[in-house]
Amino acid sequence: MSDEVLKLTSVVKRFGDHEVLRDVSLSLHRHEVVCLIGASGSGKSTLLRCANLLETINGGDIELFGQSLLDPRIDPNLVRRHMGTVFQSFNLFPHLSVLDNVALGPVRALKRPYDDVRVEAMALLERIGLESRAQEFPDRLSGGQQQRVAIVRSLAMRPSLLLLDEVTSALDPTLVGEVLDLLTDLAKSGTTMLIATHEMNFARDVAHQVVFLDQGVLVEQGSPEEVFDRPRHDATRSFLGRVR
Amino acid sequence: MSNETVSDASETPPFLFAPRRRQILQGRNGLIASAASSVAIVFAIVAILVWAPGGATFRSTFFNPHYLWLALKGDPHQAVYSVLGGIVTNIWMFLLCEVLVLIFGLLIAWTRISTSPLLLPFRLLAAAYTDIMRGIPFLLVILMVGYGLPQLNLPLVSNLSLASYGCIALTMTYSAYVAEVYRAGLHSVPHGQILAARSLGLTQYATMRRVVLPQAVRTVIPPLLNDFISLQKDTALVSVIGAVETVRAAQIGVDTYFNESAYTMSAILFLVMTIPMTRFTDHLIAKDREKRLAGER
Repeated sequence: MSDEVLKLTSVVKRFGDHEVLRDVSLSLHRHEVVCLIGASGSGKSTLLRCANLLETINGGDIELFGQSLLDPRIDPNLVRRHMGTVFQSFNLFPHLSVLDNVALGPVRALKRPYDDVRVEAMALLERIGLESRAQEFPDRLSGGQQQRVAIVRSLAMRPSLLLLDEVTSALDPTLVGEVLDLLTDLAKSGTTMLIATHEMNFARDVAHQVVFLDQGVLVEQGSPEEVFDRPRHDATRSFLGRVR
Repeated sequence: MSNETVSDASETPPFLFAPRRRQILQGRNGLIASAASSVAIVFAIVAILVWAPGGATFRSTFFNPHYLWLALKGDPHQAVYSVLGGIVTNIWMFLLCEVLVLIFGLLIAWTRISTSPLLLPFRLLAAAYTDIMRGIPFLLVILMVGYGLPQLNLPLVSNLSLASYGCIALTMTYSAYVAEVYRAGLHSVPHGQILAARSLGLTQYATMRRVVLPQAVRTVIPPLLNDFISLQKDTALVSVIGAVETVRAAQIGVDTYFNESAYTMSAILFLVMTIPMTRFTDHLIAKDREKRLAGER
């Protein structure tokens, strides 16, 4: 298919003898939101890290726009510039202002002039209502604000897709909403996203596809209605029973 | 009830009081207590110097005002160097060495944590270097450099002043220590920072330069200053190869007058240099600790 952005084919990842991903295949199309669900340790995070080449896979293939990323001519730095990554623990740079956190990638990776990037970064901060905090350091912000900055930091690279790794798991329950609202917003405006999450209601609302991973195996995949309302596998039923 | 776990507070309020001997240290009494203990300690130290059997001799050999003054100004007629003039050599030695050590230390640390396969031999070399230079007493390093390099008969390095050999030896040894300080600092930056930078598509170099290094430098400054204090003092060891710095100047004075006051004067000059530095380092450490504690709120 022509609008296929990311495609994983029979991906295998091992840490020592432990198989973290076993034969996982999935694809992500343009403007599509795919939510990965599953218990901690089911391989969701590892899958995301394999996708942006922070981990090397032991089998299978990963394609971006139809180009295999296993090709030895691939430069991981160029690949990562197409994939925004947001982490559970924000990982904002504490020594840089909020503005410079957002500007770092475009300036230092894309070598764009700071003045241009600054205007765009301010526009992004305005979008999340934090333009007045641009000159402050990240530790002055709440967790929810920090995570929203981390999201626009990855957007500043104008990526083709976003990888989000349990981005609300480290937040106070009262701060989860603002981050999920931003993601819902992004989904509505057509951002392509691969989201590992424990927020089932969110997944049901925004996902076009839900993928259930259990101990590194892709057990079930389908529309939110199919997976949440009519799960076909016992493992899925038992997982959903436990998180509800 | 027979097995109560909560006391019924049948005792009178004094059960909340500290024992009497600790009560005297609380509140304003604490100030008086610390003043009293300080006076007692100072008195004890002075008493030892005054009433020790050899106290008078000790004072006249180490604290003789006449010889203290002579050591400070030197005596050209007797070929006795000024201890004050000597310390100028120590000062330029450590200023020069500090700059060199900062550069070489960073290069060694950076090499050691690099991952490029191309740099493997350099990595091994850097690891061996830090192991060897931290394992040899500095005294031996300076003897080997001071007597060894001139024998090599090489251009540039075989016809230097004695103090310059001292600087080479100091830089060699302290670069190894400082490299380890840098390395610890670079490793202290959380891995998530590197993941975030690499995920933005920054190269390994840009990640190091823009994300890791600026954060590492902050944690590294206090231990770095500690190493610099040692470096300042170790410039004294350059005296063993005959470079006339303050300790060598003091030795000449002591051998001429048979009075040790020159050593005392030299020690005083070292303290004048190092105490501001130690106070500053402690201040930085305290400030950093405060910040960390505030962060854990």
